Amino acid sequence: MSNFARQDEQALLIVNGLGHTYGGLQALKAVSFELFPGEVLAVVGESGSGKSTLLKILSSALTPTSGEIHYRSERFGKINIHQLAETRRRELARTEWGFVTQNADDGLRLGVSAGANISERLMALGVNHFGHLRDQANSWMEKVELPSARIDDLPRNFSGGMKQRLQIARNLVTHPRLVLLDEPTSGLDVSVQARLLDLLRQLVSRLDIAVVLVTHDLGVARLLAQRTIVMHRGQVVESGLTDQVLDDPQHAYTQLLVSSVLV
Amino acid sequence: MCDVTDRAIAAAPNVFRLHEGAALSAEHRSPTPAYSFAYLDEGTKRMIRRAILKAVAIPGCQVPFGSREMPLAYGWGTGGIQVTAGLIGSDDCLKVIDQGSDDTTNAVNIREFFSRTTGVQTTESTRKASIIQTRHRIPEIPLTEHQVLVYQVPQPEPLYKLEPRRSETQKLHGYREYGLMSVKLYEDIARWGHIDESYDYPVCVNDHYVMAPSPIPKFDNPKMHQMPALQLFGAGREKRIYAIPPYTNVESLAFSDHPFSVSPNEHACELCGSTESFLDEVILDKQRTLWTCSDTDYCKEQREAKHTGVE
Repeated sequence: MSNFARQDEQALLIVNGLGHTYGGLQALKAVSFELFPGEVLAVVGESGSGKSTLLKILSSALTPTSGEIHYRSERFGKINIHQLAETRRRELARTEWGFVTQNADDGLRLGVSAGANISERLMALGVNHFGHLRDQANSWMEKVELPSARIDDLPRNFSGGMKQRLQIARNLVTHPRLVLLDEPTSGLDVSVQARLLDLLRQLVSRLDIAVVLVTHDLGVARLLAQRTIVMHRGQVVESGLTDQVLDDPQHAYTQLLVSSVLV
Repeated sequence: MCDVTDRAIAAAPNVFRLHEGAALSAEHRSPTPAYSFAYLDEGTKRMIRRAILKAVAIPGCQVPFGSREMPLAYGWGTGGIQVTAGLIGSDDCLKVIDQGSDDTTNAVNIREFFSRTTGVQTTESTRKASIIQTRHRIPEIPLTEHQVLVYQVPQPEPLYKLEPRRSETQKLHGYREYGLMSVKLYEDIARWGHIDESYDYPVCVNDHYVMAPSPIPKFDNPKMHQMPALQLFGAGREKRIYAIPPYTNVESLAFSDHPFSVSPNEHACELCGSTESFLDEVILDKQRTLWTCSDTDYCKEQREAKHTGVE
């Protein structure tokens, strides 16, 4: 975990005083953090701690009631993502960003083949050569360790782990700079989890992608993330290097979280 | 707003000419005074014309309109009939075809309908008609600036099989996000080795909107490109009108290494000998089939030209 936030580098994502209320319910309170290029940040916390709300706001599916998010885009420069025109935001979402959902069925087109799932973002960017799309799809099938013989099969017939790997390929094919992972391994059995985590770690470091990883599994955070923030009741209660947070938790809630891990 | 309207007027002089005709004829020549001229009331026809003007101003864009109940079932051309009713004037000459033919049930009924509710002249000749309402074909004889082609459309949304939400497809069209359309083509090539759309083959109009050309065979797609006649599309059940103004670019979608192509005719028409028209295979009995032009008027003209020796 050596390439932790380098001071000389400009932050890719700056989250500043983010708050959100659902009706009268305060789901998120003054959340701030920075994310640097190539860095993996884990967001841990129990159910209802505001993790998913945070991710929804980051992916601009939800507009926050207070606070702002600045993103340093390759195309548009430094921007406030919630003030960006919808057309540009959608462009970013299918080029510079990726979003891997908890339930792979939500992030895939189940009715079209694996190859088409991988190629969709490329075609949206105007790649108009079938042979080239096919090559890309094949190479990404290989990168995420899916058998290339199944390139024309429907993801509907894939196992849970395969679907999740396909979803990762579908998102990474345009080489995004920022990927949001929403509990990518929950719902998978332990051996499949381990392989998926291994794969994610390799891809993220090789492609130099910044990642916000939402998880309730501290093991996943320890394996993938350089930094961790701990959320409790919509607030960030502790943040720092992952090893530091998990080995020497300061906040009472983090201590509880760490001590309740079985292993 | 103003210049959009002006452009639409310039692009579609026919529509305005026909308006005036419609207003006049209501008093003079309607043979069935119990009905308004062309069946629909004047307010409805005005609403349809407004939708047509908007559609002409934004080529290929689906414009919603208040589709009315018509005296025939959805799927039998209610959209096309309403567009025609909005356009038609007493000095028009109407031709109606179904699968290229003037004498099939749908065509005969619609022609009779307008004949009774407007009293306009009807014809089977493509050259004589000023309005041609069509189901599933574009006539073989090239159309002119003085003609309007009205298509009956069952499903106006080319993306509906891939994205069922209207609200989302509207955005996809607005932002020109057509990755999804390519997904369909990709699937075809991956599965069949070629783009497996023989009819309703999607096109890109005026370099912006992807449009469903209604279930015409892809053989007819090239005819839409730079056509001198105004092309109007009406979908009654789906309540949408869209248009291709005269002389507009219409490009059939394809991949650069799998270009759009029309499969060649393997037969000549057995009645007129044409090798250039779209053919129907008519089953005569268990052993024999007859290959003949689907466009009956074209076939007739070819045969007559041979008899009189005129090429």
